[in-house]
Amino acid sequence: MEYVIEMNNIRKEFPGIVANDNITLQVKQGEIHALLGENGAGKSTLMNVLFGLYQPERGEIKVRGEKVNITDPNVANDLGIGMVHQHFMLVQNFSVTENIILGSEPTSRGSINLRKAEKDVQEISDRYGLRVDPRAKIEDISVGMQQRAEILKTLYRGADILIFDEPTGALTPPEIKELIQIMHNLIKEGKSIILITHKLKEILEVCDRCTVIRRGVGIGTVDVADSTENSLAEMMVGREVSFKVEKTPASPKETVLSVKNLVVEDSRKVSVVNNLNLDVREGEIVGIAGVDGNGQTELVEALTGLRKIKSGSINITGKDTTKFKPRKITEVGVGHIPQDRHKHGLVLDFTIGENMVLQTYYQKPYTKTGILNYQSMYEKAKVLIEEFDVRTPSEKTPARALSGGNQQKAIIAREVDRSPALLIAAQPTRGLDVGAIEFIHKKLIEERDKGRAILLVSLELEEVLNVSDRIAVIYEGEIVSVVEADKTNEQELGLLMAGSVKEAGETTS
Amino acid sequence: MMSMLKGRAFGITIPIIAILFGFLAGAVIMLFSGNNPITGYTALVNGIVGDTYQFGETLQRMTPLIFSGIAVAFAFRTGLLNIGVEGQLIVGWFTSVYVGLAIDPPMIIHLPLAILAGAVAGALWGFVPGLLKARFQVHEVIVTIMMNYIAMHVTNSLIRTYLLDSGQRTGFINSSASLESEFLSELTQFSRLHWGFLIAAAACVLMWFILWKTKKGFELRSVGFNKNASLYAGMNVDQNIVLSMSVSGAFAGIGGAMVGLGTYGYANILPTFTNIGFDGIAVALLGASSSIGIFLAAFLFGGLQQGANMMQSQAGVAPELVEIIIALIILFVASSYIIRWALDRLQSRKEEK
Repeated sequence: MEYVIEMNNIRKEFPGIVANDNITLQVKQGEIHALLGENGAGKSTLMNVLFGLYQPERGEIKVRGEKVNITDPNVANDLGIGMVHQHFMLVQNFSVTENIILGSEPTSRGSINLRKAEKDVQEISDRYGLRVDPRAKIEDISVGMQQRAEILKTLYRGADILIFDEPTGALTPPEIKELIQIMHNLIKEGKSIILITHKLKEILEVCDRCTVIRRGVGIGTVDVADSTENSLAEMMVGREVSFKVEKTPASPKETVLSVKNLVVEDSRKVSVVNNLNLDVREGEIVGIAGVDGNGQTELVEALTGLRKIKSGSINITGKDTTKFKPRKITEVGVGHIPQDRHKHGLVLDFTIGENMVLQTYYQKPYTKTGILNYQSMYEKAKVLIEEFDVRTPSEKTPARALSGGNQQKAIIAREVDRSPALLIAAQPTRGLDVGAIEFIHKKLIEERDKGRAILLVSLELEEVLNVSDRIAVIYEGEIVSVVEADKTNEQELGLLMAGSVKEAGETTS
Repeated sequence: MMSMLKGRAFGITIPIIAILFGFLAGAVIMLFSGNNPITGYTALVNGIVGDTYQFGETLQRMTPLIFSGIAVAFAFRTGLLNIGVEGQLIVGWFTSVYVGLAIDPPMIIHLPLAILAGAVAGALWGFVPGLLKARFQVHEVIVTIMMNYIAMHVTNSLIRTYLLDSGQRTGFINSSASLESEFLSELTQFSRLHWGFLIAAAACVLMWFILWKTKKGFELRSVGFNKNASLYAGMNVDQNIVLSMSVSGAFAGIGGAMVGLGTYGYANILPTFTNIGFDGIAVALLGASSSIGIFLAAFLFGGLQQGANMMQSQAGVAPELVEIIIALIILFVASSYIIRWALDRLQSRKEEK
C-alpha cells in the first residue's frame, strides 16, 4: 500500500474537447505532491474527477490500494478526500464554527450543539497550528484566516488527503509563509497533500514530487529535489522558457499621454489620486510600481473615462480627453487591458467573436446601417484567435468556457488589434502561468517596438522591473519618483513604494 | 435520446418535461376530485383544436399573450424585470381605443395611428420606471408594480368621467380603426380572430431581429449580461436601460391595442387586472425569452384558457383546473435545476451499465 491515491490513465471528455487524456497521478502517503500545468491544461478537471464532480470516461481510481467509484463529493468525503477551493465556499455572516459544521451539524435532540462544535474546532486548530478563532465571523477575518477556516473544514470532516487548489493566489507574502508552515504541520500529522499550482517557486519550496500535465496530457512525474525552475517550466510549457524578458533599449519619440495635476476622488469622495503628473512617449513602456491601493485603479479609471476627474487635465495624442466618455477615448486610440477581466474585460455569456468586437461592433464592417454583420465579426475573430494563440474550440464558443489565460489572451488580442496609440495594461498577467506571462510580455514589447506608448500598471515588482523602460513609483496617489528601469533594483523601488525609508520598516510587519 | 439532452436541445427538453409534469399532476388532481382525466383532457383538446371556431378563439387569445410575453422577454434580455407589462398593456388598450373613437380618418391612416398610440402610451409607461432605474437606481420591479395600479385606476377614471357609453364601457371604435377581419372570422366559424394575430407573429420576428441582428440589440444584450463590461466598452448603459424599458412597454402597449381594436372594439372599466400582462411573465419564462418559444408558449396558455370552457361543459371539470396546470408548469420550469439534476443522474446511471 505505497500510494494513498492512484489515478491511472484517466480520460475525461467534454463536447468538442478532451480535458484529460491518459493522465496518471500517484500520491504517496505523507508527501506534498504538486500538480503542475498551465491554465487550462486540465488540472482542475482532474481534481474534480477525484472529488466526484465529474465521471471519467476511462481509467481507474484507487484510494489506499482499493479501487473505488467516486460518484459524488459525499463519496470523496467518506474516503477522506477534502478539497480547499480556490474561491472559498464560506457563508460571510456565519461564524467560523457555523461554516465548518454546515451540512454535518452535531445535534442533540434536534438542536445544534454549537459549544461542542466550537471546542472540537478549537482543538483541531491548535493541533495543526491554524490559529483560527472559532467564534469569529467570516466577514470580519482576513483572507488568510478564511483559507485556514476552509482547511479546518476539511479536517473537521476527517479528511486525510487534502487537495489545495491554487491556494496562494489571494494571499500576501507573510500569509503564504504561514500556509507553507501549516502544510508541513499537516504532513507531520500523517496527512497527504495534493497542491494544484502553476507557481514554480512554491513547488521547489514545499513539494516532494511533481506531476506535470500539458494540454490535457500527462507528461510525467518528477522528484522536486532533482528539478530546477527551468526544467519544470520546460515540462509544463513544452519548450524552453526564458524568465528574463529580452528587449532592446527603448527609443522614445513624441509624448502620447500627458497627465497634469490630476486629482481623482473615490466613491467615498476621498481624493485617492493627488496632483499626479505623468508622461508616456511613443515607443516606451512606463511601469507604475506601487503597493496595492495607492490610487492605481482610480488613475486607470480616470484615464479611460470610467471615473470622473476632480481637477487637472489628461492629454492623449494632442487631444484634451479630460472630459471624454469611454467611447470617445477609445476612438482617440486608447486600448485598455482591464485589471478585472471578468468584471470589465469580457461579457462572459457572449461568444469569443462577439467579445472581440466589444468596442468596435458599431463600426464598419461589423455594422452597416444599424444591422450587424456576424460573418465579418467571426472572420475577424478567427484571425485574432490564430494570431494570439487563443485556445478555444471555436470563435462561437462562449467566453465563459475558456480558461483564464485564454480569456486574457482574447482581451489582449482585441486591445492590441485596435491599434491604439496608447495601451494601458492593468495587471495584465495576474493569475496566469509562465507560458502565458512570457507571451504577454513579448507582445507588450513588440507593441512598444512598433512605436506605441504603453502604460503598465502592476503589483508584481518583478514584472514592472523586467518589462518597463521607465518606472514611475506611485505612493498615496502621487508619482513620488520616476526612475530608469535598468538603473534601479527591487530594494530601491521597495523603499520608494513605501513612501520613505523610515516607513518601509513598518509596512513589512 | 440522452444525447439529445446535451447542448442546444437541452433548452427545449426542460419546458417539454415541465409541460408533461404539469398535465400529469392535473390528471392526478382530476382523479382525486372524481373526474376521469381521459375524458377531461379529451374535452380540453377538443376545446382547443376541436373545430375551427375553437381554434380561431385560441389564436385570438394568444395574440395579446404573445405581446406581453415579448415585452417581458425583451426587458429580461437587458437584465431588467418588467412586472409592469399589465399596466403598460392597459394604457395601450385605452389609448388606442380613444384614438379609435375620437377621430375618423381613412383606415390606412387611422388603424396604424391607433396602434401607434397604444405603443406610445405603453412606451411612456415603461419609460418612467426605466428612467428612475437609470437615474436614481430605483428598482424597476417596485416601480412597475405600482405603475400597474396607476394605469388601471387612471384609465378607469377617464372612462367613467369622459367616455362612458353603456354600462361599464366606452362606445365602439370607428370601423376605420378596427382590426376585425371578416375573412379570418368566416374562416373560423365566426370566432373573434382578427388581423392582430398576424401582427403578433410579425412582432415575434421583429423582437428576434432587434435583439440578434441590430447594433442596438448587441448593446442591449451586452448590458443585460454585464453592465460593467458594457460601460468599459463605451456603451451608454443608462440610455440602454431606458430604451429597453420603453421598447418593452411599447410591445405591451401594442398588445393592449390588439385587445381594444381587435377582440372587443371598446375599452371597459376594469374591476381587476386583465392578467394578460402577468401571464406574459409565464409565457416568457416557458418560452425561455426566445421568439419561437414565446409564440409556442402563448399558444399553449391561450389554448388552455380557451379549452377550459369545453372541459367544463363536456367533462364537468372545473375550469380552474387549467389555472392549476399553468401554475404547475411554471413551477416545474422554474425548478428546472431539479429536472436537470434528475436527468444527469439518469444519464450517469445508464453509462455505468
